[in-house]
Amino acid sequence: MEVWHFITQNRQELMILFGQHAYIVSIAIVIAIFTGVPIGIWINFNKKAAEIVLYIAGIIMTVPSIALFGIMIPILSVFGHGIGSVPAIVALVLYAQLPIIRNTYAALKNVDKNIIDAGVGMGMTRSQVLLKVQLPMALSVIFAGVRVAVVMSIGIGAIAAYIGAGGLGHYIFMGINQTYDAMIKVGAICVAIMAIVVDYIFGIIENRLVSKGLRLS
Amino acid sequence: MITFERVTKIYPGSDEPAIDNVSFEVPEGEICVVIGPSGCCKTTLMRMINRLIPITSGIISIKGQNVAKMDVIELRRGIGYAIQQIGLFPHMTVYDNIATVPRLLKWDKKRIAARVDELLSLAGLEPDIFRFRYPRELSGGQAQRIGVVRALATDPPVMLMDEPFGAIDPINREVLQDEFLKIQAKVKKTIIFVTHDIHEAIKMGDKIALLEAGRLVQYDTPENLLVHPKNRFVKDFVGADRALKRLDLLKVKDAMMQNPVHCHMDDDAEVIAKHMKENQLTFLLVTDQNEKLKGYVNFYELKDHLGKVRDLVKPMTITVKPEQNLKEALSKMLSYDIGIVVAVDDDSRLKGVLNTRTLLSVVGDTYDERGGVWGKITQQGSISS
Repeated sequence: MEVWHFITQNRQELMILFGQHAYIVSIAIVIAIFTGVPIGIWINFNKKAAEIVLYIAGIIMTVPSIALFGIMIPILSVFGHGIGSVPAIVALVLYAQLPIIRNTYAALKNVDKNIIDAGVGMGMTRSQVLLKVQLPMALSVIFAGVRVAVVMSIGIGAIAAYIGAGGLGHYIFMGINQTYDAMIKVGAICVAIMAIVVDYIFGIIENRLVSKGLRLS
Repeated sequence: MITFERVTKIYPGSDEPAIDNVSFEVPEGEICVVIGPSGCCKTTLMRMINRLIPITSGIISIKGQNVAKMDVIELRRGIGYAIQQIGLFPHMTVYDNIATVPRLLKWDKKRIAARVDELLSLAGLEPDIFRFRYPRELSGGQAQRIGVVRALATDPPVMLMDEPFGAIDPINREVLQDEFLKIQAKVKKTIIFVTHDIHEAIKMGDKIALLEAGRLVQYDTPENLLVHPKNRFVKDFVGADRALKRLDLLKVKDAMMQNPVHCHMDDDAEVIAKHMKENQLTFLLVTDQNEKLKGYVNFYELKDHLGKVRDLVKPMTITVKPEQNLKEALSKMLSYDIGIVVAVDDDSRLKGVLNTRTLLSVVGDTYDERGGVWGKITQQGSISS
């Protein structure tokens, strides 16, 4: 009841924070997909690079998220973007890349060697094998990585408020500071709802894109 | 058509050659089965032809053209390539799978659609039902058929097949082999066919190349491989029952007695009975005017009959076809416990008679183990030294 009251009272502010949150996360995810997938493909052709890239991405994942946001401030202040949405987006991209790179890499690696062999043997070039055989077959695993990245980014995105990027985390931190229960709950619930809805939408997109032939068992 | 000249393959970091100085030639329109125990590199041998595996030395040529000098992508697009069922692209429909190479070669859509339908019919699959199915919606046998016709899509003169019927149960495998041989009789491709199954090799091969540890031990017709195995290894490989395997190879027409004695429906019973008595025949085959088999008559019933043979004819239900192999014929004779069986063609015209004695003599013919190194054992008793 209290929560509902808070929402009706602060509808406009809530919308703005929601928008900020969505903005930061979506920019970060788009960048992470457009860098992570190509990196994942590239390291498939280069075993040494694969080891190094996966190792670095793994290390980044172990840095506590709040610390990663903190690290961004001194680094990016050199370019005049110490606080605000830029360091938040950069940190989120670094986080989101790991599941995307790792899944892309693993999915391509796990495509049945015989099927790749059939493609090569029938006279496909390397890029045709990649585009017509490997990627379509790897798509659902790549998508799984993207979905993990998205849900994770929405959650971690709440911490972005700590370095002045706004978003729904703002309510959570304010609520904690002011021991204002309803405010914390609204922030947390909205983050959760956003994660569930976006994950659901991605599920629908995945169903559209992944071949029906692969979903049959 | 396909020529191997002193082809050797040594994998990097290995001392032993995987393929050791192999030379042979596959004539146009023939199936060459490559066989050997596992690890003999038979698949390696096949994959060297479309350069999936580079060779260390020697020359492989197709129609006199050295494959090493050809554009590798063009080379592969010009060779049909069929591997085990799993080689179908699971994310593509049957249509897209078959259309793969035609699309790489930029055929127009109409031509592709017509070709896909044609090939599905060739595979015995109704195009309207199967066109848009996915590989996982197919049975093993259907998927295998698609795999084979996919390799035929652009009508390439050369085909490479790596255990194309490997993942299929024995019954369906026989069916697929028969179907494939029928198709091959029409399309006359030059085929390299890898298998580990000696039965399949004998059945499918015009020639068999037997490999042992990368060396070509014997390259011969199935017949010669069975009758004249070059050495101990070949002998062991084709198996102790290789005489029986010849039954697979020989046809009823090779062993049957042609133009057997018979009478016609409208012959006089009395005349025929007399004839039978003179020749000591208990039974006699009966045909009509067009030499179509109608059945047989029994001397004891015939001898007191006044009238035509047709009144006493009993139908003959168990027959074989001249084109059937001897194994099927023998199996039929054993299961019905009959020592003799009549061969008729598709129009039920009388062609010949097969009995166990002629059958055995044909199989035993030229077969060295009748006597072999033992000589002919004619005496009884033991030999004391």
